[in-house]
Amino acid sequence: MSSFPADLRYTNDHEWLRAQGTSWRVGITQFAVDALGDITLVDLPKEGDLVTKGQRFGTIESVKSVSDLYAPVSGRVIAINTTLKDSPESVNTEPYGKGWMIDLEPTEKSELDELLSSEAYTTHVSAQ
Amino acid sequence: MERRKTPLWNAHKQLGARLIDFGGWDMPVQYPAGTIKEHQAVRRSVGLFDVSHMGEVYLRGPNAREQVERLTTNNVASAPAGKAIYTLLCRPDGGVVDDCIFYKKSDTEFFVIVNASNTPKDVAWFREHVKFPCDVVDVSDETALIAVQGPKAVAMVDALAGGTLAQLPSFTFAETTVAGVACTVGRTGYTGEDGFELACANGDAVQLWSALLEAATPLGGLPIGLGARDTLRLESKLPLYGNDLDDDHTPLEAGLGWAVKLEGREFLGAERLREQKRTGLTRQLVGFKIDESLRAIARHGYPVVDRTRGAQAVIGTVTSGGPGIIVGGAIGLAYVPVANAAPGTQLTIECRGKDVPATVVSGKFYKRS
Repeated sequence: MSSFPADLRYTNDHEWLRAQGTSWRVGITQFAVDALGDITLVDLPKEGDLVTKGQRFGTIESVKSVSDLYAPVSGRVIAINTTLKDSPESVNTEPYGKGWMIDLEPTEKSELDELLSSEAYTTHVSAQ
Repeated sequence: MERRKTPLWNAHKQLGARLIDFGGWDMPVQYPAGTIKEHQAVRRSVGLFDVSHMGEVYLRGPNAREQVERLTTNNVASAPAGKAIYTLLCRPDGGVVDDCIFYKKSDTEFFVIVNASNTPKDVAWFREHVKFPCDVVDVSDETALIAVQGPKAVAMVDALAGGTLAQLPSFTFAETTVAGVACTVGRTGYTGEDGFELACANGDAVQLWSALLEAATPLGGLPIGLGARDTLRLESKLPLYGNDLDDDHTPLEAGLGWAVKLEGREFLGAERLREQKRTGLTRQLVGFKIDESLRAIARHGYPVVDRTRGAQAVIGTVTSGGPGIIVGGAIGLAYVPVANAAPGTQLTIECRGKDVPATVVSGKFYKRS
């Protein structure tokens, strides 16, 4: 089992979040990437869109399957990773780097407290 | 229930394969290279597939020829010895029991390779329909099967077989020794590339696999998981039982009329297929393409719709679909009414709540040069 970076926060839906000033960067974890296989398409919202925690904000298509992306917290999309349009494989090669998906400015700060630490996420994944 | 393992299970583990449950078998879905690189390796060089989960059955007896004649839609029984022939097994109502390859060894012995998930069903079907004294001998549990496919496959395997295989014509087979292992080798495959499928005893599988892998690696070859096996067969428009073929569709509807030889023959399903040919089809399996710019993939089970029909909008169903790894965009197969089946017809496929245009295309999505 790969280890999950300690400086990130996680959700049960296998997304990671990285604090960067007032916004949070969102991507999917190595565990999710391994399960999906080669990623061929990533559909993301538009800049400025509002997303609601637990609601679908995009989709990710791998060779074998299609999965929804769920908003880890509610907020406004302030940036999307436009490079994924032409290079979706970045999600496979650098899930915590070039393979990021969106930057969110949270609207419900309390939701951030519900995110998992890397230890808690590791436990969650081990139980899968 | 514990998953079944092929004799190459340890080899897959050592290669770092990701294993999944496939019809009760613990099979490699991909190796560390990943599905796309594996797919490309088969198109450009050579790939090795462990397909030992597939079933192998002998039909043997002085009356084997007439039994096979009754079971198969294609001209299998009357073929010359040494031929490996693709055929359907049909029910009396024309539905497909399975698609498989029959190796004709002689008028009294046929070797059949059947789909893994259908093996028990096919063996039962054979036992139900062959007459004494023809024997049905299921050797699936003691037989391994390795496919070697790609533009470099033939020369590579030929070199390991002392030059006995390069001259083997397509859709024929030979008994020979490959890397010291006694094999039944068919010039067949499921990728659209040239190559072979090698059947050997379980106990010899590791030796054969290791020799093949050692020969393939310097050529840029890779072991190939079930993920790429599926994308390769789809790109070559080869049907998959359970997706594109089933009990509810006939071979004619599936576009496999070339493997249905009705003239002067009587076999299970022939009457129904003759009638269907006379009255005409109402639906058929077509290939479709979705333009890359639409950034959509239509998958198994998605509805084909005609929005002008209101509440009766659903006119067909996607049976297989995925990204066109070599050809770009997305590709797939769907059953649609014959009125919508002509090449160039615009279809609408509902992809997760979104209507996406697709175009009917004829022939294979990818054809080797």
